[in-house]
Amino acid sequence: MMEIIQTGPFNTVQDLGRPGFRNIGVTSSGAMDPLALKVGNSLLGNEIGAAALEIQTYPFKLRFSKAAAFVVTGADCGALIDGRPVHPWCALSVEAGQILELGQPRIGTRAYICIAGGIDVATVMGSRSTSLRGAFGGREGRYLITGDALQLGEVSSPLNLPNAGLSVVDPAYALADVYPAHDDGALVVRAIPAGEHALFGADAERFWSQTWKISTQSDRTGYRLMGEPIRPTTPVEMRSHGVVSGVVQVPPSGEPIIQMADANTAGGYPKIAGVIEADLWRLGQARIGSRLRFVRATHAQAAEAEKAVTVFVEDVRRTSRMVCGALQAMS
Amino acid sequence: MNASVSQMTQPVEALTLDRNGARVSPIGSRAFLIEATGEFDLASQRRIWALSRAVELWSDTLEIIPGMTNLLVVLKLTPEDPEALALRLLEAWEQAESIDLVGRMIEIDVTYGGEHATDLAALCDRSGLSDREVVRIHYEGTYRVFALGSAPGFGYLHGLDPRIYMPRKTVPSLNMARGCLTIGGMQTGVAVLTGPNGWNSIGFAELQMFDPMSATPAVMAPGDTVRFVPASIEL
Repeated sequence: MMEIIQTGPFNTVQDLGRPGFRNIGVTSSGAMDPLALKVGNSLLGNEIGAAALEIQTYPFKLRFSKAAAFVVTGADCGALIDGRPVHPWCALSVEAGQILELGQPRIGTRAYICIAGGIDVATVMGSRSTSLRGAFGGREGRYLITGDALQLGEVSSPLNLPNAGLSVVDPAYALADVYPAHDDGALVVRAIPAGEHALFGADAERFWSQTWKISTQSDRTGYRLMGEPIRPTTPVEMRSHGVVSGVVQVPPSGEPIIQMADANTAGGYPKIAGVIEADLWRLGQARIGSRLRFVRATHAQAAEAEKAVTVFVEDVRRTSRMVCGALQAMS
Repeated sequence: MNASVSQMTQPVEALTLDRNGARVSPIGSRAFLIEATGEFDLASQRRIWALSRAVELWSDTLEIIPGMTNLLVVLKLTPEDPEALALRLLEAWEQAESIDLVGRMIEIDVTYGGEHATDLAALCDRSGLSDREVVRIHYEGTYRVFALGSAPGFGYLHGLDPRIYMPRKTVPSLNMARGCLTIGGMQTGVAVLTGPNGWNSIGFAELQMFDPMSATPAVMAPGDTVRFVPASIEL
């Protein structure tokens, strides 16, 4: 078990989400940075989609009520255990009573606290993710508050972690070859033109060429972008259709919205593009006020990036097993 | 067959195939939208329902999301050849026989007008009808649930009389109450969550549309028939 000692709002239990219910209007939810969650779980020998804590407001503090193994992935928050710094992306064992503390992130925006065995809240419609809009899943369908005690799942085969911990290279560096570099400080996000792209006429080019700023009206539901407005050449009244996270819709204001993990499941605004699956986690780590630019990608490029990410996660799992297995054999 | 495929836009990346009354376009790398381009009617929707059943069985399908005369297919992995996928969807569309979903009859008590009918006056202005006429036209209609979506359990209803079509708002209401009876373009439905909403409210209905702990969480299902009963009219 563990107890939340200090938390800001909007910190929630998340796993990889509940796909399969968009056809009854239920958003997928799940980690905004699914890669950080997968890497954290793989390092700990968990199921890849075990539930973790998604922290996006700070400071955050929790106490482990019993011995456990954990890792903080995603944003680098200068984590401390009983006041001593611990590295991000480094799995460690802790004793009962030890306190984990996260401060304002130095890089990125969302941190994931993954624990061996996962967070054991009730599964609702196949997932432990919190649906804040629907007010179900996670911890009673709400964000975490001080005093919450969370159960941990059973650990089937405990990992024999090295005393100094077991680290993995931050995917932002490890996968540097797979991702486009920042352009003059702006995050470069790859996207594929969507159904109404051609409707934007000359404005479509300005969508790709300009740098957009992520507005303060941005959260797990979606990011509103600020920049030179773009508009369809003629207004369209669309029949509502399903959407997924990463879709870039353009409401009448002309400033695009990128739907994120808690996206509406359907919409009717014209859509100019859709962010490729492999790039969604980078958006999940983008800060309010930061800038981004879209570049066109093909499905082939998207599939290649997706494969590279999958291979990376598998490598983490294999290496973790190997290292811990070798330590076990030596002891 | 491939000869009839036309590339609608010049850049190679803008993959949009339009053929035999259906159009396929991508949303991101793993999702593809197929839209019936013909009439907005029950016949189109019946084929979408048939198409949904077929595509749901594909081994590479993760999720299907039927919409209003359209279907979004989410795949487990990004396909390397999106054009082959688009053609496969169009072929399934061509083979899709019309099916009818025999649903339930749902009657919903409504307060027309009143404090929640924030957009009734605008609808009167646009349609040139009196508030009494707008309300009567709405409750005399028989509606079919074409699809669920947007919010948990929200049913998109088809069957709105064209005289009371009303475009979505350019500036959404920031905090529309759950239960508002709304019109969005040629569609109508009852809001299931309190929050931002671009549809136009003309009344209010007290009905719990969703229970996540139930084996069937949504009250409505595609194919259901809905009638609105004017429990009270406050004009």
